[in-house]
Amino acid sequence: MPSKTKVIVGLGSCGLAAGAKDVFSAFEKELASSKVTAELGQTGCVGLCYREVLVDVITPDGKVTYGEVVPKMVSRIVEEHVNDGKPISEWIALDDNGGEEAPFLAEQKRIVLRNCGQLDPEKIDDYLAVDGYKAIEKAIKKMAPEKVVEEIKASGLRGRGGAGFTTGLKWEFTRNAPGDKKYIICNADEGDPGAFMDRSVLESDPHSVIEGMLIAGYAIGAGEGYIYCRAEYPLAIERLGKAIDEAKGKGLLGDSILGSDFSFNIKIKEGAGAFVCGEETALMASIEGRRGMPRLRPPFPATSGLWENPTCINNVETFANVAWIVNHGAKEYAAIGTKGSKGTKVFALTGKIARSGLAEVPMGMTLKDVVFKVGGGMKEGGEFKGVQIGGPTGGCLPAEIIETEVDYDSLTQTGATMGSGGMVILDQTTCMVDLARFFMSFAQNESCGKCVPCRVGTKRILEILDKITAGQAEEADLETLKVLAVDIKASSLCGLGQTAPNPVLSTLRYFENEYLEHINEGYCRAGVCADLTKVVISQKLCRQCAVCIRHCPVTAISGARHELTEISQGDCTQCQVCVATCPWDAIAVVSPRSAEFKDEQSEESAEVTTE
Amino acid sequence: MSQKTCECQESKCQNSDIDCATVKQMVAAHEKKPASLIPVLQDVQQEYGYLPREALDIVARGLNLSVSNIYGVATFYKQFRLVPQGEHLIKVCHGTACHVAGAEGISVVLRSDLDVEDDETTDDMKFTLESVACLGCCSLAPVITVGEDTHGRLTPDKAKKVVSKYAK
Repeated sequence: MPSKTKVIVGLGSCGLAAGAKDVFSAFEKELASSKVTAELGQTGCVGLCYREVLVDVITPDGKVTYGEVVPKMVSRIVEEHVNDGKPISEWIALDDNGGEEAPFLAEQKRIVLRNCGQLDPEKIDDYLAVDGYKAIEKAIKKMAPEKVVEEIKASGLRGRGGAGFTTGLKWEFTRNAPGDKKYIICNADEGDPGAFMDRSVLESDPHSVIEGMLIAGYAIGAGEGYIYCRAEYPLAIERLGKAIDEAKGKGLLGDSILGSDFSFNIKIKEGAGAFVCGEETALMASIEGRRGMPRLRPPFPATSGLWENPTCINNVETFANVAWIVNHGAKEYAAIGTKGSKGTKVFALTGKIARSGLAEVPMGMTLKDVVFKVGGGMKEGGEFKGVQIGGPTGGCLPAEIIETEVDYDSLTQTGATMGSGGMVILDQTTCMVDLARFFMSFAQNESCGKCVPCRVGTKRILEILDKITAGQAEEADLETLKVLAVDIKASSLCGLGQTAPNPVLSTLRYFENEYLEHINEGYCRAGVCADLTKVVISQKLCRQCAVCIRHCPVTAISGARHELTEISQGDCTQCQVCVATCPWDAIAVVSPRSAEFKDEQSEESAEVTTE
Repeated sequence: MSQKTCECQESKCQNSDIDCATVKQMVAAHEKKPASLIPVLQDVQQEYGYLPREALDIVARGLNLSVSNIYGVATFYKQFRLVPQGEHLIKVCHGTACHVAGAEGISVVLRSDLDVEDDETTDDMKFTLESVACLGCCSLAPVITVGEDTHGRLTPDKAKKVVSKYAK
């Protein structure tokens, strides 16, 4: 095959948000008149979200990935690299010899993300070229359905959606349940804030999920599948739709697949914005056209699910593992990971981390290695304070237990959960009480209202947290918090309520001192809780340049150039734009522990008295 | 506002701004069973930007469901709105990554700048402001979307500037 030059732009959601469309158009224009003919293509997300927009240039000399590409860099890339074959070293993120981002990929083991960022998600031929649909062919032609179930069981694969139930067992239960009509559902209602691996897989490699569902359908004896995808992911829905059509066109979906008597169809159902629909019984209610409220289990979906038929529900990431397991064998999969957690897990690294993006690591890697080796440590010299793991109902773990291994059981012991794999890295600017309050407000908002502990209990917890962050709580409130949290966990109907108190319990367990500081001293060490802090201008340092006045979005700063400037505390929203923009570091967030705060306080009370 | 007359002869639809033939087509494009309710409502909202009361009557008759049932579903899901939305929908992401990166500051400033609370629309019908859980662009936090456009790595004053560009 003659080697041809290719330019490939990463057009996943993060790439697009960073401006990939403009970069793509710029290449279209430049390549139209380039000396060397180059094919322009697209791919999904390789996981290096922090360096988007990413552009691969593939020449006979190899592949080079440029990071943070903007349209004005395009003409130089075309001129020097595409035309003259000279890569521009200062812009390279990755190349065949490594590149500065190589450590990000070096520690990873990519099974779920094997094709992400490597192929064009809208071309089935790209997927077929990397042994795509070979696993379903192997299953149909060489394996009895029971054998497929055995294989998945032997692999040790556990559900990647959060709860971590053994996938093979779920398949076996559904297969053995009486009933002629059975369903496969792919749960793509990725509602956890801070988790976006499912979106990325669907956008970057939709066929691997479809193939996983096909294999499940074959193993279980189901003829119909649904993908329940968040409506907030329009690109994923579009690419899934195209992938389904293409697979149908190749006879890989539909009737008599690959000449066998196995038939399978997939429909996409768009969610309508309800976090609780990630819970399996709520999700099914939503597909049926009802309010997405969970119901009591048993009966479990495996025996009575969608329209009361046996139904197997797995998460996107779980399905994306399946074809690899069938191709490579359960043994090879089970060799990766720890005793109780096999394979790999994809984490969405976000927050105050240097390399934020998607990383897939073998189970059993320590949190420390995930954060510092893969994630490159803290951003802008931040100090590692902790990591919030497991989504909004996961837990916050402190620096002291950073040697914890990431697997289902170790994480549960710490009071966090694996959840869907969101990992938010926190530094000294995060207030743990505020963070707990944030998660509780999320859970409260998303509570479907069906059961009392979750509906009322989360509200009561939120009220107490509001009081603490406003500096109006007493130490006795902490006891009430603990009692409520434990009760809600024990008595809620579904996973949402049963895990909602986790952020409160884990922050109380590891960061109780911060709660006490808020309560006893009115002190928020991170300077986040607005009622406990003030933004003040030091008149000693202020050079009266008026930059802050120009930048203040709520015109809370009075004065002018060469005049005294002052923040009106009543109007200030504490957005801290002035703190960031002041060229003289004259503006600071102050707490009750600092002298400035007291000065302000006494001035205010003086004003009140004179009035 | 121009008033459309309705060809269906149904009293509810007459003198309404809803073209009831369009809504009927949307209903007819799906199977006549309860499971079609959410997709039909999504189509209606796509067309009108919200769920007009008259359209819900047509959907109810078309799918053989009660209007109260539809109301229950429409109010359960965040996606659906029962009042018209502004020309530009601003979504301020309040996912975890955006929260720790200062999303609340952005919301506070936009609320004050546009003089609306969350889920409200400006008087000139230009902007509707919303807080959403996660837009999935965590590495660009804090993020807002205005219509289809995503804007990342914002500060409150940058967000204000971004929004002002759409005001024209």
